[in-house]
Amino acid sequence: MSGAGLTYTRFELRRTVRNRRFFILSLAFPVVLYFLIAGPNHDVNDFANTGISAPLYYMVGLISFGTMSAILSSGARIATERGAGWNRQLRITPLTPRAYFRAKIVTAYLMAGLTILVLYICGATLGVSLPLARWLAMTALILIALIPFAALGIAMGHLLTTDSVGPALGGSVGLLAFLGGTWFPITGGVLHGIAQALPSYWLVQASHVALGGTVWGVTGWLVVAAWTIVLSAFAIWAYQRDTKRV
Amino acid sequence: MEAHTAAGISLSGLSKTFRGPNGPVHAVRDVDVEIEHGETVALLGPNGAGKSTTIDMMLGLLPPDAGTVSLFRCDPHEAIAAGSVGAMLQTGELIRDLSVRELIAMISSLYPAPFTVDHVLEITGLGDVADQRTQKLSGGQTQRVRFAIALAPNPQLLVLDEPTVAMDVEGRQAFWSSMRGLTDGGTTIVFATHYMEEADANADRAILMAHGRIVADGPTTEIKGMVGSRTIRATLPGASVDELRTLPGVASADRHGEAVILNCDDSDAAIRALLQRYPAARDIEISGAGLEQAFLQLTSEPEEVAA
Repeated sequence: MSGAGLTYTRFELRRTVRNRRFFILSLAFPVVLYFLIAGPNHDVNDFANTGISAPLYYMVGLISFGTMSAILSSGARIATERGAGWNRQLRITPLTPRAYFRAKIVTAYLMAGLTILVLYICGATLGVSLPLARWLAMTALILIALIPFAALGIAMGHLLTTDSVGPALGGSVGLLAFLGGTWFPITGGVLHGIAQALPSYWLVQASHVALGGTVWGVTGWLVVAAWTIVLSAFAIWAYQRDTKRV
Repeated sequence: MEAHTAAGISLSGLSKTFRGPNGPVHAVRDVDVEIEHGETVALLGPNGAGKSTTIDMMLGLLPPDAGTVSLFRCDPHEAIAAGSVGAMLQTGELIRDLSVRELIAMISSLYPAPFTVDHVLEITGLGDVADQRTQKLSGGQTQRVRFAIALAPNPQLLVLDEPTVAMDVEGRQAFWSSMRGLTDGGTTIVFATHYMEEADANADRAILMAHGRIVADGPTTEIKGMVGSRTIRATLPGASVDELRTLPGVASADRHGEAVILNCDDSDAAIRALLQRYPAARDIEISGAGLEQAFLQLTSEPEEVAA
């Protein structure tokens, strides 16, 4: 049975990579944005008095933005498949919900992983270099920080229609990225309090490991764990609600 | 499968009501069906008769308000998890970015004892397009792939909800001829259709549904026998319907303008009597009553408005 689920996952991955428009656009946007923003500042070594080079600063910013939208985009794919009636077809196969979720999550992580890799390469072309330990710590922490977003993507895919999922995902990414401090740090006041309660804030913090930031403290782990639990429950609820309908 | 060891399909007291804009819609009302292993059964009825709702409940896609479904002594979810069921739903597209062969392999991988992909491609006539991406197929080819997906599991029960609805005449014929090859394997087949001739030609048994109820259930030959076996049509101005009705062999008579229509239980006697009594009768046609006729007769009783 688990072997069967793995074959299913393998074909899901193959489909994702073959969907050229989706695949290339998902990866191209962060790259284009990166070169547009960081390119002209490639020789700024002390960005805004942080002691960090501009190419590095923007690289990590775009990694948090790019991975978030890559992983949430599984929602768009799910909504499309539901719209085509494919999920009804799946319900009359022995595919278990667990194997179904696994296929979706693995696919979403493939896109996120590739986004990270491509942006690392882009950063390197603009002279970004970090100690290996820091690359690894950052990457590991980002992958963990993305778990709640994987769940959110699945939930949105099962709640929204093909028409509404696009704006909803775009809006969510924009809002979460802004409040999480992707584009500029959110400091002080109510907004900072709100930001710290959001998973995107900790995703940004994870990428800031590369900037010499520390690995999350207790608050960070708790917030990410809480969102993982809440959004996973939400995703399962959305899936079950969706599969009960005619 | 041994026909007598595996119990077949049993729907008992199935009912489903939907909320509609004008009050409740009784889509399926107290449907009882027993289907034996290896039978090919047509579920016949016009749109809105309750065929698809019945099939959805049979497949566990829709929970019934009342009644039970048993597929080979299991509930639908168990039977599906065990891989005993293959189904082609009425609507649905294919997912893109896989070849026909890959899509069939993907679905087959979920089942314990599927047919080989090559075998499925062969019996569904998809060999020529096996390596094409699903999004490049024509409508008829897409229908065939959907059928292939239903068939690939090598299921004990094959359920097809209006499988030929999007096909042209040629495609429909090809579809049914490929289906006939399968029934030797002892697969139980249930298909919904509103094409009477499909049920007539391809099923052992027909279940007629109207307004959510079963109005007739029996061998297709028996269904046809439930109404006059022949119909005589003729142009015959001036003859009274009441008089025509008294002719030997005539069960009922009707008039549409100058045309008269006689439903006969003995058309040989009726035509002799008709020509003797009314030598002016012309444009005479005698036709066998197909299921269409049986269907109209059996389902035309007025019912309270269902929708």
